[in-house]
Amino acid sequence: MNSLWLAVIGMIVFAIGYRFYSKWVAEKIYRLDPNYVTPAHQYSDGVDFVPTKKMILWGHHFTSVAGAAPIVGPAIAVYWGWLPAFLWVTLGTVFAAGVHDFGTLVLSVRNKGQSVGTITNKLIGKRAKIMFLFIILILVLMVNAVFAWVIANLFINFPASVLSVFLQIPLAIWIGYAVYKKKKGMLLPSLVALAVMYGAAILASRVPALQIDLVKYFGGADNTVMFGLSGVSMAFLVWIIVLMVYVYIASTLPVWKLLQPRDYINSHQLVVGLFILYAGLVFLQPEVTAPAMNAAATDVSWFPLLFITIACGAISGFHGLVSSGTSSKQLEKETDARFVGYLGAVGEGVLALIAIIAVVTVFATKADFTAAYSSFAAASSGGLGNFINGAAQLATGIWIPADIARTIVSIIVVSFAATTLDTSVRLMRYIIAEIGSEYNVQALTKTHVATTVAVVSSAALVLLPKGPNGFGSGGYLLWPLFGTSNQLLAGVSLLLVSIWLKRQGRNYLVTFIPMVFVFFMTLWAMIQQVVFQWSGYGDGELNMLLFGIGGLILIFVFWIIIEAIAAFSRNNPPPLSKEM
Amino acid sequence: MKWRPGDRSLLSFLEREVIMMGFYEQFKRAIAVYDEILRQPHRTEIARELRDEEDLFMLLCFSEMLGLPNPAFYYTLELYPVIIERFHDWHLRAGMEKSPLEGIRCC
Repeated sequence: MNSLWLAVIGMIVFAIGYRFYSKWVAEKIYRLDPNYVTPAHQYSDGVDFVPTKKMILWGHHFTSVAGAAPIVGPAIAVYWGWLPAFLWVTLGTVFAAGVHDFGTLVLSVRNKGQSVGTITNKLIGKRAKIMFLFIILILVLMVNAVFAWVIANLFINFPASVLSVFLQIPLAIWIGYAVYKKKKGMLLPSLVALAVMYGAAILASRVPALQIDLVKYFGGADNTVMFGLSGVSMAFLVWIIVLMVYVYIASTLPVWKLLQPRDYINSHQLVVGLFILYAGLVFLQPEVTAPAMNAAATDVSWFPLLFITIACGAISGFHGLVSSGTSSKQLEKETDARFVGYLGAVGEGVLALIAIIAVVTVFATKADFTAAYSSFAAASSGGLGNFINGAAQLATGIWIPADIARTIVSIIVVSFAATTLDTSVRLMRYIIAEIGSEYNVQALTKTHVATTVAVVSSAALVLLPKGPNGFGSGGYLLWPLFGTSNQLLAGVSLLLVSIWLKRQGRNYLVTFIPMVFVFFMTLWAMIQQVVFQWSGYGDGELNMLLFGIGGLILIFVFWIIIEAIAAFSRNNPPPLSKEM
Repeated sequence: MKWRPGDRSLLSFLEREVIMMGFYEQFKRAIAVYDEILRQPHRTEIARELRDEEDLFMLLCFSEMLGLPNPAFYYTLELYPVIIERFHDWHLRAGMEKSPLEGIRCC
């Protein structure tokens, strides 16, 4: 089958979802009012609350939510064949992610632009707010561990990308300085920075001396370096330590110094990446070699694991934090919420779709696919590499040599992962400080104590799981846990929107059904993973780490479901503010 | 070159120009929108940084007027040993035998 069909059908589904479903939801369920005075106008302060045109806000929202996660998830999930992943991404985006992102945006707009955490406190109660903090804490911890693994893995497998990624740091600092101190425009300097990075990428792809290949420095993969660690293990260890030192510094700097200028360059990279992949797809039109359903995938069932393997790209709780954290404070008209929220989710779906296409077309034959995706563990550890190779193949459609494309695509993924890592360590620091003040542990409220706790726990988590290449190479084992915590967060947000709709006397099934679906799937998947895979029961081997964390998350799932039932069946709810 | 009714070639030339201009304008607008998208979070962050600086400045300069204890005093207390001798000399020169201020006991 021609892979262009996948893109065309996916786009049609997205278009119908946006054109009809979101319109219906906007008019009949959320009942957007063009005359409603949004928080951006009501509390306009020139800093957080600023009325912004919908096109600009959508762009900002999309670039904030799109990252490496909608690439990694689909690249693993095609293990079960392209059809389940394709259906979940397209239908999940239309019926779950769209209403979730859109709903949290509207909910926040109707609640003075407050964030989901604060609204939880208001709608459900204080206990739920603490629960919410812990879910986010688990989520960011998983994000840190998984993305540190993603970066280390790409550095080891695509050493030509290292130089450009490290060049990005001083370039970003330079741009940040130029804009802040000299009030200069950003477009030109950031394009120059991008040109320098890609120039370095082209050079490094062709000149081996510029490739920073730690495995080679340590004498190859089989060489025992020290403490019985192999070359690859040692490389993982070194990269993860380097990354953790880096995020410590990056996450304690003011955002305008490094994080934001890098975001600016990354936005170009997002545009460049999407353009290269979709244009390449149109010109190359490769055949889909992967099976629709992989009959050989028998070790782990797609149902329900698919729904936590692809989180971002189908539904992601993280989007609710962006919707309610920044976008809701800048919405000019309430009716713009559909464009910003729903289309933001669609944007991420488009990214996940091309990730699926890249992976299902990279193999020459079906046998090659089956060999590469021989087990779920193989799919998890190799998925990202397959995506890079698939993306490089698509890029040859617009006459970019495959080796250079491979370097550039890995730079793009690493850049996304690095920004996510930086943001989530920062977020973790805030949450640790908040938990510290909630429970009166003064030490935790100090910046450097909180950052140390965040960085050390993340580093420990990524180094602990043992993969086939030893120390640190098993970070991908945490992926299902990342998916689960992300889905849980989405479930809580959907719960809030449903409660709000119910109290308005409206049809809340639009958000209630995705919520039940998400809770049910995460619950089932976690029980299956924790009890049958990690506990040592039956065939599985006991894995203390995964069992422990998985068990903890499972307890949270139960807790949330009980809170949800209690909140839903409450007869005399706390009064709502008048604006709602 | 003078244009006459029915002159097809010139007309199509003009049409093409207009279309190209339109395209160029559209392109420029698209770039402007893109630039604004990326500029948006920066503007917020820099406004926040400037607001924080302004808050600190206001607090240091005018907090006393509003009856708020000035946090800078905690640090300026370190200047006490440096200034105390000069203060003592000053109040003697000014004709006061004892320190006129309760808080400063130089003699």
